Amino acid sequence: MVYAPNRRRLMTVAAAGLASAGLGLTVPARAQGLAPTPTMRGGSNNYRPGAPVVDRIGGGGFWMTGTVRRAGDGAPLEGQRIQIWAHTTEGHERDAHSHGATLTDANGEFRLEMPQIVPAFGQAHGHLAYDSGDFATVFLRPVMARSSDTTLEAHFVLQPA
Amino acid sequence: MLRAIAIWGAVGCVVLVPVIAAGFSPLLQWRDATYIFAGIAGIAAMAIMPLQPLAAAGVLPGLSAYGSRRLHRAVGASLFIGVVAHVAALWITSPPDVLDALLFRSPALFSPFGVIAMAAVFAAAVMATPPVRRALRWRQWRRIHRGVTTVIVAGTIAHVALIEGTMDVVSKTMLCLVLGALTGWSLFGASAAPHR
Repeated sequence: MVYAPNRRRLMTVAAAGLASAGLGLTVPARAQGLAPTPTMRGGSNNYRPGAPVVDRIGGGGFWMTGTVRRAGDGAPLEGQRIQIWAHTTEGHERDAHSHGATLTDANGEFRLEMPQIVPAFGQAHGHLAYDSGDFATVFLRPVMARSSDTTLEAHFVLQPA
Repeated sequence: MLRAIAIWGAVGCVVLVPVIAAGFSPLLQWRDATYIFAGIAGIAAMAIMPLQPLAAAGVLPGLSAYGSRRLHRAVGASLFIGVVAHVAALWITSPPDVLDALLFRSPALFSPFGVIAMAAVFAAAVMATPPVRRALRWRQWRRIHRGVTTVIVAGTIAHVALIEGTMDVVSKTMLCLVLGALTGWSLFGASAAPHR
């Protein structure tokens, strides 16, 4: 018996193929290991280059945490400067005093205390930047699951520049 | 008379309650005057929208057909001004966020709905100008106007429903339901006899 696909069967197979691709069921080849983090849309909005490394932004009470690793082997990167800013209880995103930077520790981890992030432009969100030059620049814009959260995390996987 | 007072009272509540409730938002204490104005302008623009289907259908008590048309145009013009004020004040507050929105590259899901609704408001404003009114036959004009207003209402509801902002959740939900219901009634129920 000759296999003769009718239109319905063809549509079903095509839809299944599209759905599995859309759901990520097809795994792309991972020859290069850990993929670099892409810059998020809107991540660089109200960025101010050269925010100073600080112990704390303003009065604190909220923690921004995260990790910085190298693309490929995933090795933690120590001493990387991460710049952080957000609309908080103490100021707008564009205000200089809403910006600060911190350095990663030996485990590639960073945490910086800052004022409580509050919803602005429709979402409670923060901004983070890596732009020190050794690796390709990345801007992140994580959104808080609930605006009552007192912590937010973001993770960088950097690619050598 | 009692009926008229009840209807106008209800209409007044629909328009005023969401705006007044937003005035009590805790978010206001962390915003400057321009940003607060931007939010209130947007909320007020939406809050007057339920007047449009009522005026178009000519069901508001005490208003003649001519009065209803004048109200419909005045509210339409106010809506246009409100949207322009909303976007302009947001632009002053954070230009890159508004630019992202206008270019449809904002990461926030509510953003494109707002921009589409804004474009539809502009289209409705252009349609209300005498040259366009003269150029189109009445039925044609009305069909396009209804399509445009449907986009305005649907886009606005999607926009505000997805935003975490100064609007109080209960009054926001009520406004969305009332606006959606009145618009649906006006488009599909009220206008068996077109009102001019």
